[in-house]
Amino acid sequence: MTNNLKVIVIGGGHNGLVCASYLAKAGLSVQILEARDSVGGACAPIIDNNGNKLAGLAHASYGLNMQILKDLDLPALPIQLSLDTISLSEDGSHITFANNSVSGRKISERDSKSYRGFIEEFKKYSEALDVLTTNIPPRLKDMDWHDKKTLIKIGWNLRFGLGKKLMREFLRVGGINIFDVLNEKFDDPAIKGAIAFDAVLGHKMGPRTPNTVLSYLQKISFGENNSLCRSDNLSTLLEEKAKSLGVKILTNSKIDRIIIEDGICKGVKLESAEIFKSDLVISNADAKTTFLKFVGTEYLDAMFSHRVDSIRQEGAVARINLCLKALPKDQNLEGDKLFQRLIIAPDMQYVEHAFNHSKYGEYSDHPILEMIINRVEDRGPSVNSITATISASFAPYDLKGGWGKNRNLFVNRVFETIEKYIPGFNNLVKSYELLTPCDIEEQYNCVGGHWHHGEMGIDQSFMMRPVHGSAQYKTPCKNLYLCGASAHPGGGITGLPGHNAAKQIIRAI
Amino acid sequence: MENFDAIVIGAGHNGLTNAAFLAKAGLKVLVLEKNEYIGGATASLELHKNWKYSNCSYVCSLFRPEIYQSLDLGRHGLEVVPLQGSVTFKQDGDYLGSYHQSDLWRREVARHSKKDADAAVRFDADLMKWCRLIRGFLLRTPPDPASFRPRDALEFAFLLKKFYSLSESELYEFIRFFTMSIANYLEQYFESDVILAHFSGGSIIGTGLGVYSPGTAYVLLHHAMGDVDGNVGSWGFARGGMGSVAAALSSSFLSFGGTIRKSSEVKKITVSNQTATGVELVSGEIINANAIISNLDAKRTFLKIIDESDLPEDIVKRAKNFKIRGSSGKVNIALDGMPIFSALPDKSPLTLGHMHFSDTLERLERAYDDWKDDRWSSDPYVDMVIPTQYDPTMAPPGKHMMSVFVQYCPVSPEGGWDDKKKKAFGDTVINQIGDYSPNFKDLILHAEIRTPHEIEKEVGLTEGNIFQGELTLDQLMFNRPFPGYAQYRGPLKRMYMCSSSNHPGGGVMGAPGANAAREILRDFKRKNTTPEDFGDD
Repeated sequence: MTNNLKVIVIGGGHNGLVCASYLAKAGLSVQILEARDSVGGACAPIIDNNGNKLAGLAHASYGLNMQILKDLDLPALPIQLSLDTISLSEDGSHITFANNSVSGRKISERDSKSYRGFIEEFKKYSEALDVLTTNIPPRLKDMDWHDKKTLIKIGWNLRFGLGKKLMREFLRVGGINIFDVLNEKFDDPAIKGAIAFDAVLGHKMGPRTPNTVLSYLQKISFGENNSLCRSDNLSTLLEEKAKSLGVKILTNSKIDRIIIEDGICKGVKLESAEIFKSDLVISNADAKTTFLKFVGTEYLDAMFSHRVDSIRQEGAVARINLCLKALPKDQNLEGDKLFQRLIIAPDMQYVEHAFNHSKYGEYSDHPILEMIINRVEDRGPSVNSITATISASFAPYDLKGGWGKNRNLFVNRVFETIEKYIPGFNNLVKSYELLTPCDIEEQYNCVGGHWHHGEMGIDQSFMMRPVHGSAQYKTPCKNLYLCGASAHPGGGITGLPGHNAAKQIIRAI
Repeated sequence: MENFDAIVIGAGHNGLTNAAFLAKAGLKVLVLEKNEYIGGATASLELHKNWKYSNCSYVCSLFRPEIYQSLDLGRHGLEVVPLQGSVTFKQDGDYLGSYHQSDLWRREVARHSKKDADAAVRFDADLMKWCRLIRGFLLRTPPDPASFRPRDALEFAFLLKKFYSLSESELYEFIRFFTMSIANYLEQYFESDVILAHFSGGSIIGTGLGVYSPGTAYVLLHHAMGDVDGNVGSWGFARGGMGSVAAALSSSFLSFGGTIRKSSEVKKITVSNQTATGVELVSGEIINANAIISNLDAKRTFLKIIDESDLPEDIVKRAKNFKIRGSSGKVNIALDGMPIFSALPDKSPLTLGHMHFSDTLERLERAYDDWKDDRWSSDPYVDMVIPTQYDPTMAPPGKHMMSVFVQYCPVSPEGGWDDKKKKAFGDTVINQIGDYSPNFKDLILHAEIRTPHEIEKEVGLTEGNIFQGELTLDQLMFNRPFPGYAQYRGPLKRMYMCSSSNHPGGGVMGAPGANAAREILRDFKRKNTTPEDFGDD
């Protein structure tokens, strides 16, 4: 082992930055090659056509995993960036989720008590699974010592951390849909709709789709204190940290190929034909891009390529960047409330109907939405417009008839929907910009434009993420590793895939 | 008054299987049935003069051969006629025929897609692997993951050993198979719409899930378990209709000295000191026994025939949350002659098996979307068979009986069921068949339309769910019916459960009945009479 190993990280998304920082900290010489003109990936701020600086694709997140913040000596996101979630209602009786509680005009005592119990229960599940998310997923056969340790820890946590009763309950609900679980716990349709919204946003799933308990759990597990934050300057923080640890960053460097000789990864070739030789290559790109585009199937086993090709990875969320003429005036959204995370998902049937369309390659008639209006003080000195960002689902990647002329139709559906909940909204829109999953694919170099680099169903999670044969951050090619959201534990702004990958790489060398 | 060792509530096929194994071990067993006929959902009834309808279950696909042998059902008159092939009709007038002969099947697939013909070989081999693995679990009692008893630990060790007979890659593939949707699973193999739809249909039968719902892939096994490994006897029609299954079971049971009382509806299980002591009939009669075994589904057992005050609070809550969702209906039709299908050549053997009319995944999934909103599917998935082609005992000479299973049909459409809606539902199905068969509508002599409402009322299946509880991960194996109660013992002492609400679930399989008998005999310290292992593994 030498400490002077040369490492190339393909892609400077937040996972690439985290992984690079860990490796640099361990004494390796790390070079990040980023295709875009800035690092940060989905966290990097977006500059719209009018020159306004907007939050990145991931405009709200639960923040990086605590362990990573500690290890890399990063500050936790300041509390003033934390966001409540307000689920809008047509009749103005919105409900607010904040600090593990729910409140609103029509919320019954029973439901608000159930909600606290529900969050507590799910927190416990996610704590029990923490060993799994912060570690390399164990193999199920030919286990090494680490795999066994992880498995035993998981078993111990489930049986003794949760206790007999909760463990049984976890084994019951773990594999099913959020629809049934919420129906058992709550009466109020708005609470159920809002929780179901969180379980499905970013995925191509509806509340009734089994696996949505898991996807919700994965979201919850991201939040140490279950509070969403705006992730405005996360990418800058990570970039500075990486640089201070000695990581070299080169932007505008699109990868053409990963160089494989005799099954061993030797470096990368850029589209500019420039060649970077290195001892290790770590890809923060999604598995399909990495294997099918950069490596090429000629260097891979046929069954392996087939599995990678079969990964379900069609994005279903569109992003809309807005410029508003003025702030909306709504008596039910006074003061600070307007700047929280506003969602439209009034009940589970609404969400399910929105999802139905996506199965057939149609966009939702009545989409589910998440909107964040930027605070005045966040606009920056040079900009004088009021801006907002919207995540709108479902807007399938493989839209029937293509996105071309459907772009405006879809945006109109979105605005009409908001108008119903915030009257007068339509007239406030000065200009907008739509990013469909196809645009996201192109701009962020991620096949399918999927938020999480692949659906997070059970069959694409844990030791099967992205596919078995490459689930422990290793790949069939020697010295090539994965560190992006395609790898366990998947998407979200956690930094965990990067952290776990670094752990694996350091262990391997 | 006579004294019984055990009382089985409900003479469905699981109740009878259970009772027969207990009687075989020398217990004195009484079976109580509310209807004037036995069999529950495995019944043959004359609803139209001279026609025998298998009006609920219609194919004898999963009945365990081990049970058939150990209860000697052949000698008691059960004859299963193997079923041949199946066909999916396409909207464009073509069809996909599935033949038993592998050469014919391959050529037929190749006609639709050359690539899929190659994939079919890989697919069959993979499916067969999962079959072999899963079959070993059916006739075993699921272990409790939260327990430390040596028995559970040993059972887990046994299961793990089975799993570890797979290679690492197969292991992951198996987990994926268990958690994927049938559509996504098949899309890894096939490209042709009609082939995808042909295989997918079977995975949604009786469930409240769609072809794109994760967790539907493994249901495919229920279909493959009979016919992939050449075990043809286990996939077919019972001669004389499904009632023959019940008749043979009851004949076997009676030969061991058992007693069956029909028209004896149980009002409640009597309990004292948290111990089940007997049953009280609707007539007021009280019968005591040392073991009370319920063959009713979990909801009926705990919410209808046991007083809430006799049960732990937790159980009542669990029973209320137990998911039993009616999603299917049935149309049984008496035909004046054999219908002609325009797509098929004359005398094609393909009418001998299952017939389907859904040729794309989208049509299947849209049928599910209708049901989610409490409507019956406007373009339903049907599983249609004409058993009289094999079994002339079911209709007069030259005439035919057709059984059409319909997916999806809601428990209660908006405003509830009435005669008008019921007829409209039936017409939807009949019109769909009529689109593919020009003379079909003229041949109809009588049609019986069954919605979940009728199935619940007559057979006693809550919400008309044919599996007595959804087959989703929260209700399978050690979770079925409730976590901690998956070993056939109820929350009361001396009370047991043997219905399809227990592992391994629904279908005319007999396995829950046999497994429950094993546990009861263990508690009674009697010799085990139930089969446990497969000869071929």
